[in-house]
Amino acid sequence: MAVIETKNLTYTYPGGTKPSINSVSIKVEKGEFVLITGPSGCGKTTLCRCFNGLIPHFYQGELKGEITVADMDTATHETHAMAKSVGLVFQNPENQLFALSIEKDVAFGLENLGMPREEMRERVDWALKLTDIYDLRERSPHEVSGGQQQRVAIAAVLAMQPEIIVLDEPTSFLDPLSAEKIFEVIHELNKKLGITVVLVEHRLDLTAKYADHIIIMDEGKVCFDGNPREILSTEETRLIGVGIPKATLLYHILQKEGVKLGDVTPLSSEELAKLLQEAFETK
Amino acid sequence: MIEVENVHFRYPNGVEALKGVSLVIKNGEFVAIMGQNGAGKTTLVKHFNGLLKPSEGVVRVNGVETTKTSVAALSRNAGFVFQNPDHQLFSETVEEEISFALKNFGFEAETIEKRITWALNLLGLAQYRKTSPFLLSGGERKRVALASVLAWNPETLILDEPTIGQDYQQKEKLRQFIVQMQTQGKTVVIVTHDVEFVAECNPRVLLMKEGAVVADGEGREILTDPEVLVQSSIVLPQIAQIFLKLAPLGLPKNVIDVYEAKEIVLKALEKRRK
Ligand SMILES: Nc1ncnc2c1ncn2[C@@H]1O[C@H](COP(=O)(O)OP(=O)(O)OP(=O)(O)O)[C@@H](O)[C@H]1O
Ligand SMILES: Nc1ncnc2c1ncn2[C@@H]1O[C@H](COP(=O)(O)OP(=O)(O)OP(=O)(O)O)[C@@H](O)[C@H]1O
Ligand SMILES: [Mg+2]
Ligand SMILES: [Mg+2]
Repeated sequence: MAVIETKNLTYTYPGGTKPSINSVSIKVEKGEFVLITGPSGCGKTTLCRCFNGLIPHFYQGELKGEITVADMDTATHETHAMAKSVGLVFQNPENQLFALSIEKDVAFGLENLGMPREEMRERVDWALKLTDIYDLRERSPHEVSGGQQQRVAIAAVLAMQPEIIVLDEPTSFLDPLSAEKIFEVIHELNKKLGITVVLVEHRLDLTAKYADHIIIMDEGKVCFDGNPREILSTEETRLIGVGIPKATLLYHILQKEGVKLGDVTPLSSEELAKLLQEAFETK
Repeated sequence: MIEVENVHFRYPNGVEALKGVSLVIKNGEFVAIMGQNGAGKTTLVKHFNGLLKPSEGVVRVNGVETTKTSVAALSRNAGFVFQNPDHQLFSETVEEEISFALKNFGFEAETIEKRITWALNLLGLAQYRKTSPFLLSGGERKRVALASVLAWNPETLILDEPTIGQDYQQKEKLRQFIVQMQTQGKTVVIVTHDVEFVAECNPRVLLMKEGAVVADGEGREILTDPEVLVQSSIVLPQIAQIFLKLAPLGLPKNVIDVYEAKEIVLKALEKRRK
């Protein structure tokens, strides 16, 4: 069952001369972990804004085509009605933070849902601990570091446990180990609770291994849509500026030199290390 | 030259963000500062152009203490790009944003025009010359912030998270630009979490943890040392991870470059075959 479906979705910002997304037709199935990538400015954030109804409710401009998210037509459902089903982690964490304390920021969405106090307390603490900011909870979100702010933005969305989580470059400010931990947490929520995850990322080194499905965009259009291993093995993905994982790149280079490493394209260092170990042992 | 001597820094809310940092960055060096969230990286580099002054200790830039000169004088020498571009951008068009510093520093109209065009092309922004920076994508806004500083060609560049929001091609252009800066003897300091970018540049790496510098050395050495990295919440670059796993087969451990990796694997396989 598709939880997000678009048909020829085209959107032009007010005063824009050309559409920022152009004839986008995609399907995201329930429970999938989808990775969206593509060059800077290709329309990833614009597409995310369509998923939670910011477009067309907050951004005017011209929206054409069809879009359904969690069985709702985003054009007729207000954004607060969507918020229960779709959570969006903004690309710039600061645009999402406004409360006097980190804790209040994380609780804000739950308060709006009218969740009982006791349950809310538990959820907030759970989200603060998952993102490792429990000790900072009483501080102002404007008196912490960039990475700490980004954790608050992630915690606020995780706390809601929506049916669909859309994350727009959610770990760009995080240190590498914390980024890895957050991706593990999100992957676990995806597998255990069946939450559908849509992740926008440039750094495929960190994320390709989690994806069931990858969508690559260029100049507002979808140019690849399907299985990550198959798509990341094509030469064209590199040409449009997608930074394929270094392990995948090394695999391709070695295959070209005649080293036999099997037909399954590796997406992580673990996978390539294993293939290389086998290659060394069979010689 | 940037000299930092036993610097402590406290924010007004009492948080002690730097706890006795000492280091020297020589002219012409390329340094990457890495480390966990909240380690004090941004706080430290803000001392390099006088945006922050030490609570204790001394920071000297080209021999002059930052407390004894103005931010304006320090900024003429050191261009600073903020972690979050929204803290930096304020003009109505991209063009005005880039020309602001150039005008301030008294460049001639003709030079200004040349520099703007050059910076727009370098950062792939030519089509946005007359656009408001606030109507651009996240990655594009970061590039406007970079353009506005690179345009006036400062002696020292301080870039807080320059690769955020950038695709691979943009990062590669930035890397080539930094290499070019080095050949001109300029100093480049970046703060970054992007291990793959650092692996491609191989600069001097300073690791921070809880307000202190805990390691200082060549990129290749530091990025291939799992024990040192983990204490600063950093993960090995992918190529280094692979070679760490292959070490029992007799391959070297300190490899971070894809093409070097290829040569080593091919040679080792050849040797086995014989
Ligand atoms: N509010 C806006 N008004 C007008 N144009 C916009 C606005 N936001 C983005 N754009 C333009 O729409 C295009 C797509 O932008 P979008 O933010 O969706 O890109 P992106 O793929 O998320 O890029 P990045 O990787 O840099 O974040 C860009 O050309 C951008 O300049
Ligand atoms: N404006 C501020 N007021 C009070 N405390 C602050 C402020 N900015 C940062 N801090 C605190 O100072 C410490 C160092 O922050 P800093 O921004 O230098 O870290 P950083 O290493 O740049 O982290 P990140 O990787 O997340 O950007 C952190 O504990 C942070 O919470
Ligand atoms: Mg974006
Ligand atoms: Mg910082």
